[in-house]
Amino acid sequence: MKPAPFAYARASTLDDALALLAEHGDDARLLAGGQSLMATLNMRLSAPEILIDLNRIDGLANIEDTGDAIRIGAMTRHVDIETSDAVATHAPLIAAAMEHIAHPAIRNRGTFGGSIAFADPAGELPACAVALDATMHIAGKGGERAVAAADFFRGLYETAIEPGEILTAVSVPKIATGWRSGFLELARRHGDYAIIGLCAHVEHDGNVFGDGRLVFFGAGDRPVAAPKSAALIKGKSWSDALAEDLSAALKQELDPPEDLNADGPMRKHLAGVLVKRTLGPLAGA
Amino acid sequence: MTDMITDRWILDRPNSYIGRSVPRPNAPRLAQGRGTFVDDVELKRMVHVAFVRSPYAHARMKSISTDAAKAAPGVVAVVTGKELAKIHDPWVGVLTHLEGIKSAPQYALPIDTARWQGEGVVAVVADSRAHAEDAVELVEIDWEVLPAVTDAETALDASTPVIHDDLGDNLTWRRNANIGDVDAAYTNADHVVEETFVFGRHTGVCLEARALVADFEPSEEQLTVWHNNQCPHMIQNILATHYHLDEHRVRVITRDVGASFGIKVHTYADEIATVGLSIMLKRPVKFVADRMESFVTDIHARDHRVKGKIAVKNDGTIVAFEIDDLTGIGPYSMYPRTSGIEANQVVNMIGGPYRFDNYRAVATVVFQNKNMMCQYRAVGHPIMCAVTEGLVDAAAKVVGMDPVEIRQKNFHPDDAYPTKSAQGLPFENLSHEESMKTLLEAMDYEALKADRDEKRKEGIYRGIGFASFIEVTNPSAAFYGVGGARISAQDGATLRLDAKGNVFVSTGATEQGQGMEAVISQVAATAVGVPPERLKIITGDTEHTPYGGGTWGSRAAGIGGEAVAQAGRALREQILVAAGAMLQEDAAKLDIRNGVVVDADTGNERIGLDEVGRICYYRPDTLPDGFQSELVATRHYVPRKYPFAFTNGAQASYLEVDVETGFIKLLRHWCIEECGTVINPLLVDEQIRGGVVQGLGGAMWEECLYDADGQMLNANLADYLVPMAAELPDIDCGHVVSPTADSDLGAKGAGEAGTCGAPACVMNALNDALSPFDAKITSMPFTPKKVLQALGKI
Amino acid sequence: MDKNVDVTMTVNGETVTRRVEARTNLVDFLRYELGLTGSHVGCEHGVCGACTVRVDGRIVRGCLMVAAQADGSDVWTIEGVTETGEIKALQDAFVERNALQCGFCTPGMLLTVAELMERKPDASREEIREFISGNFCRCTGYQAIVDAVAMARAKGDA
Repeated sequence: MKPAPFAYARASTLDDALALLAEHGDDARLLAGGQSLMATLNMRLSAPEILIDLNRIDGLANIEDTGDAIRIGAMTRHVDIETSDAVATHAPLIAAAMEHIAHPAIRNRGTFGGSIAFADPAGELPACAVALDATMHIAGKGGERAVAAADFFRGLYETAIEPGEILTAVSVPKIATGWRSGFLELARRHGDYAIIGLCAHVEHDGNVFGDGRLVFFGAGDRPVAAPKSAALIKGKSWSDALAEDLSAALKQELDPPEDLNADGPMRKHLAGVLVKRTLGPLAGA
Repeated sequence: MTDMITDRWILDRPNSYIGRSVPRPNAPRLAQGRGTFVDDVELKRMVHVAFVRSPYAHARMKSISTDAAKAAPGVVAVVTGKELAKIHDPWVGVLTHLEGIKSAPQYALPIDTARWQGEGVVAVVADSRAHAEDAVELVEIDWEVLPAVTDAETALDASTPVIHDDLGDNLTWRRNANIGDVDAAYTNADHVVEETFVFGRHTGVCLEARALVADFEPSEEQLTVWHNNQCPHMIQNILATHYHLDEHRVRVITRDVGASFGIKVHTYADEIATVGLSIMLKRPVKFVADRMESFVTDIHARDHRVKGKIAVKNDGTIVAFEIDDLTGIGPYSMYPRTSGIEANQVVNMIGGPYRFDNYRAVATVVFQNKNMMCQYRAVGHPIMCAVTEGLVDAAAKVVGMDPVEIRQKNFHPDDAYPTKSAQGLPFENLSHEESMKTLLEAMDYEALKADRDEKRKEGIYRGIGFASFIEVTNPSAAFYGVGGARISAQDGATLRLDAKGNVFVSTGATEQGQGMEAVISQVAATAVGVPPERLKIITGDTEHTPYGGGTWGSRAAGIGGEAVAQAGRALREQILVAAGAMLQEDAAKLDIRNGVVVDADTGNERIGLDEVGRICYYRPDTLPDGFQSELVATRHYVPRKYPFAFTNGAQASYLEVDVETGFIKLLRHWCIEECGTVINPLLVDEQIRGGVVQGLGGAMWEECLYDADGQMLNANLADYLVPMAAELPDIDCGHVVSPTADSDLGAKGAGEAGTCGAPACVMNALNDALSPFDAKITSMPFTPKKVLQALGKI
Repeated sequence: MDKNVDVTMTVNGETVTRRVEARTNLVDFLRYELGLTGSHVGCEHGVCGACTVRVDGRIVRGCLMVAAQADGSDVWTIEGVTETGEIKALQDAFVERNALQCGFCTPGMLLTVAELMERKPDASREEIREFISGNFCRCTGYQAIVDAVAMARAKGDA
């Protein structure tokens, strides 16, 4: 199927893009990597009047070291994150997630910010952002504002980005000493959206766990953090009993949806398996 | 066997290309992106059609408003079923040899009622596909939604609405078989084991969708259709018949076809409509199904529920099989092959590899408001094989035998042929024992068992599964022709020498990617005595090829190839007569080798084919008085001694189940296959591998999911899971060779063996892996959810 | 609002200029505007990989980009990389190993494995399988394709 007709405008600067967005409002869609949007348009599930192309705006595709964090420009392509030393060093969780995102041709084109702003609840990167307590930088007419990842995802494909605003970058705090990241997902086929996946970012002193975040994707209408379950690990070393406790706690804490591949109980069960298989190795077990 | 053809001259030719992995002549063109698929065809004044498709599984169109669509940019015509029905006759998908099968008349576009979600109901023609799609959104239909019949189990209940009032009920066809005395066998057997098997609805997903360009030229009433159908002559006949055209003024051209697998062998309403639109508009019309409409219109297959029983003695002897097969085939029986054949094959072939005397079967085929089902690669085979082999494994377990041992005990022995199946089907020459022996060696069964058992101690659950099978190939007219379908079982081949000594080979068999052109060139080169590079293969054009059946039922090599062999021999004899006249030599003392006429005894070169061509065409005056050379030979062939060339084989799967996640990892797969004379080992192996993977698809991932209202839930390539490279194992192939004596070439088909056996052995391997847990799964596809449920984890 | 757009790009080394509907995706542009029918359309939702082409040095899905986005870009298709001989070893290996049957996925598959050869020349069989896991081939079962990539690489090393 071909998309419904639309106009096309290429923004050359951020201000240009913001002006176009202001002009066209709800009739416009922002075109970043387009790897989800174009498929949606091709199925005529969406029919905007105009696409505003962000791909030629300078300065939106850099990965910058800002001291405590790395700032990933929204238009940074997945392939450039996949091959980035800075990401591998400072955000190993994101580095681990990259190979699970679709396929090489998609990663060559898809963007970090596009994935975050699209906010697919089964997407890897939104969950990574929440697990790493990233900060989203959003530009609007009045300038830039920052939103914590935990407050950014508001529901199914819904974010804190207001009409007229554009996500410009995501700041990811550098992994701190004593913290470890683990990524695991269960997809029917390599590169598919996962039935459920886990981003774990935890403190571990070589003996016991400290603080940590367990964030699931494919488990709700947005990335789903499980703070109550995560609290169980504090001060504990890895054990089968802890795995059992976590599995039981997750069944209470999570309320995952049903789709073609799995129902809620199956996802709850798998969440327990993911936690066991992720935290165990992180603890050196 | 003295009445059989046993002259293997073609296998004894000098400079033979038979049995060699010759590269395909058409492959470099495809690898360079220079193929010509239907969508690559562009004609002047060509317009494009898109269809309004029913959003409901069952609904009546109270009114249709096309005004807004007609006024949309680029729109040329908007046509309803009532308008199109004025120029064509409907069709009914029945065959007389499927006694009692019934269906309703189907039109290119329905007159007033849509009967499945996705059925094309109004055609919109515009100057581009995009414009046609824009206008599709502007067609307004006032729908009266009718109750949808979706569950085959209740389709015949009195409380279920009838889909076609004129038919009286929702029964398409029922077949019973009763052989021996099953009840007595149950009484005498030591064990009767029951199992219910469920096969998911899946579909072919040819990467190139169904497509055609229809071009009607009114001054000559000539219709030319570029089509990716597997059977150009069949479509020619159907189009002529239903549009009242002279058959010789209908030309069907099939150039490169982006695979077919049985999907492109049927009469699709939207394709027939496209032809009608060209006739109405007197200009070329193109239709290329998009992926989403492919999922709701390309035929689906399988979707059978089979209750099976096997009766065995304590020593493992099988004494009876019984099945109750139920399948729902959509709202019409597909034309012209019918949608009864898959169930018919299941009834015919249950227990195929084994000797047993008692058999009872009932197959019930019902209408429902879902997309139509029909024949797809290995029609019925994966079902009959999984039911048979699942029951045999269950029997082995109850009597405490190794799965291999119980099979070996019950096989038709290799020295027992010719023989018949319990159902009475004739087996010419099969090799179950040898195939199993070869398989066990290839997989190293003992080592594999040791590995499985060792891993189990570590909490890693691996399983080994087997499937022996039979496969129908080289179908004669017994398959469709006797039932009244105008589907050619025979193939013709014409070979012609040109003035430069090259040979044109035209054949009624068609290329879909399986490598038919290579096989034809190998046979032609061998039969005539020329190198393959001196051949030009012509296929897929009803104006330029002899009448033939095209590609289906694993027939192209065995039937099309034999016709080429016979025509090639005839051409060689013609050439030698001409050369004899030139050389004043007895033609019987000459032969053609490597493109040169030689003395048959010494191999000494006498005259090149280029010289023979030159003299025959340009200087016939130099030939003896009264001698006229003939350098074109046509021969036709159809198997006559056997209705089908049954083949056989054995497959095995080794896999690992993650018992916490329910995920299955396929570790390795083996297939030993018997296809008679192997013309091109490379191509045969790749047919097997591709076929295995399609079988694995149905076993592991693929399923057309419907809700209770008849809406297909995963009609796109993201949600319908086809097998992709990362999840697949390497597949080892091997062969046992027992040529058929029904042809000189001795080739049987190889296209469907892989698909036939793969699901069965994966099922058996899965259940072997799950055996420590007392868990069993017999419902395909084997999803993680089903595995976890079987294990009681969720 | 004008829903047409002017585009100029370099395709297989030639500069082309067209005015097209803005909704025209890149693969349709290549096929129907330029007649480069070697790139195929298999799903139009970015899953099958049949429309894979190379834009500015990287493979992309031709159905998930509008042609307007390639304005000013350097685009290569199967026709172009055949002409330059760049992927000849792969093409020869595909033919020799029968790593194509119907040939519909083949142009996209070849461009994909060409990028793999460049990015990960020492890829294991498993890594080859993963790299091509976004390219659907219904005919071969993929093993022959994996073999052909390994064959082409072995010849390159020789």
